[in-house]
Amino acid sequence: MSDHPHSDGLAIETLELTKRFGNQTVVNAVDLRVPRGAVYGFLGPNGSGKTTTIRMLLGLAGATSGRVRVLGEDMPSRLQQVLPRVGALVEGPAFYPFLSGSANLHRLDTADRFAPGRTRTARVAEALDRVGLSHAATKKVHAYSLGMKQRLGLANALLMPRDLLVLDEPTNGLDPQGTREVRNLVRSLAAGGATVFVSSHLLAEIEQVCTHAAVMSAGSLVASGTLDELRRVGQAFVRLRTPDVDIARGVLLRLGLAPTALDEQASATDVDAATGWTVSAPLTDRSVTPEGIVASLVAANVRVRGFVVDEASLEDRFVALTGEGFDVVQ
Amino acid sequence: MSSSNPITEVSPADAPERGAAGAAFGWALLASELVVLFRRRRTIAMLLALALIPILIAVAVRLSSNEVSAGQGPPFLDRITQNGLFVGITALVVAIPLFLPLTIGVAAGDTIAGEAGLGTLRYLLVAPAGRVRLLLVKFAGAAAFCLVATLTVVITGAIIGAILFPIGPVTLLSGDTISVADSVGRSLLIALYVTVSLLGLSAIGLFISTLTTVPVGAMAATIVVAVTAQILDALPQLAWLHPWLFSHYWLGFADILRQPILWDSFSDNALLQGGYILVFGALAYGRFATKDILS
Ligand SMILES: Nc1ncnc2c1ncn2[C@@H]1O[C@H](COP(=O)(O)OP(=O)(O)OP(=O)(O)O)[C@@H](O)[C@H]1O
Ligand SMILES: [Mg+2]
Repeated sequence: MSDHPHSDGLAIETLELTKRFGNQTVVNAVDLRVPRGAVYGFLGPNGSGKTTTIRMLLGLAGATSGRVRVLGEDMPSRLQQVLPRVGALVEGPAFYPFLSGSANLHRLDTADRFAPGRTRTARVAEALDRVGLSHAATKKVHAYSLGMKQRLGLANALLMPRDLLVLDEPTNGLDPQGTREVRNLVRSLAAGGATVFVSSHLLAEIEQVCTHAAVMSAGSLVASGTLDELRRVGQAFVRLRTPDVDIARGVLLRLGLAPTALDEQASATDVDAATGWTVSAPLTDRSVTPEGIVASLVAANVRVRGFVVDEASLEDRFVALTGEGFDVVQ
Repeated sequence: MSSSNPITEVSPADAPERGAAGAAFGWALLASELVVLFRRRRTIAMLLALALIPILIAVAVRLSSNEVSAGQGPPFLDRITQNGLFVGITALVVAIPLFLPLTIGVAAGDTIAGEAGLGTLRYLLVAPAGRVRLLLVKFAGAAAFCLVATLTVVITGAIIGAILFPIGPVTLLSGDTISVADSVGRSLLIALYVTVSLLGLSAIGLFISTLTTVPVGAMAATIVVAVTAQILDALPQLAWLHPWLFSHYWLGFADILRQPILWDSFSDNALLQGGYILVFGALAYGRFATKDILS
């Protein structure tokens, strides 16, 4: 650990983590730093390398190059010491269809040498209760719905108290109620002191619970940091509704902004036409406050009928980083 | 999803202590493997099919009016009418070339590939089961299946034989006569011999199973290997190869029916099977220890 003086506070740390399948680089020099206690969103569109990264974190797949440290220990060399402290859901749940939900959990719990057999039955019941599956405990898994399997997968991650949870798309297949429950579950795990690393391609589903996020695109990490840091990089816009377009533009120009008038012709196709915004400017200079802008406008006798600052949503930022197209990159 | 605390009997902070207890093998996984294997409907169906072999043989012999003369049909068939204790052994002889390898191919081919196909392999490994430990447990499960499969044939044979035919002291190949109790012991010894015979094939199946995520493929390949070995064993041109084939001693348990028992074939067979277990166990380890689990 001496060569990583700052890594003690990190639940997950990767250095130049790279995975190649044949000549396709699926994960490309990814440096992840997940602080302990964080709820860390791992975002990226389909095929961007999230699951592959998670497989390497858990020692399921070997890295082509680079290093992985989980809970302060090298992976995969310290896998036997690390993984008992990690609960995981990888690429969706997987179970023996011919066993019941609770029999499945029993089976997977025996695989952990350090999970005490004495408390197994109680822990299985507790985990099932935590994900709302108590009533389906004796039902065979082949008769489970997708969302029920997803819940059972979460229960499996919770069989033992964990320091770190790695959840790959935990809300996949869940109904809105279930999605909210997963968010609550993540919150309660974080409140209990665990670090939660949760991947998703639906930002909105995890934005509310995350403290940090990283964005993958085509195998590379294109952004990472606290949510505030990520938002700050994004562009904000001021929008103004006024009949005095020209005066307003002059005021904004003097303030150092670059306004565009949303004139009649353009607004015929512009969505802004519907809302009646007539002037818009990117808020490039953060020292210019919204109230300062309004004061200047009023002082110049601009009839301000509406004024708004649109913070770029994280969603916009996400799309900006990963591209809008529907086609999978690789 | 209540937010109640998890059972705090073991807290994550205990992990170092849990690490210290790591000397324990964790037998619960083996117990769970056996339970899952033998409760599975497919396993039960295979055992039932094996049990049908002695039943069919016994009923057919009982219903046929003309005496079976010595040398006709499978070995020992002619003795069944005189002594029901031979039903199990006759059934084993019938089952060894195809039926037993078929079921062993299914059980051994499924070991790793079956878990990979279901996706449970990744959850076993992140538990963490440990790759070597999982291989050992899987091989132990396959070996247990060999024993249970063989015993199923022998015991069903003994029961149906006792029902349909007279039971009495058994005349051995050497001409000596042994008591009923002794002959039951010999039957179990033969079952053990056949179990050991099948361990090499099980190791091959385990290795093949680490190569794929499609269990049916691993099963079929294992069965093909078993059949091929027997074909090669039947070609006189390949006589030099025969002692090295895992199937070479499969039917060589006649020595157990001599008085006193000749142990040579038993030990030759055990040595050969041990060699196969070592070689294919090492190959399976080499393949599985560092394999990327992508299913
Ligand atoms: N076994 C494999 N062999 C070859 N390429 C693979 C394999 N598994 C994944 N890939 C490739 O790796 C890339 C990343 O896949 P990965 O599953 O990590 O994406 P993901 O971000 O988890 O996507 P999703 O959101 O769809 O789950 C994809 O381009 C995929 O084609
Ligand atoms: Mg994925």
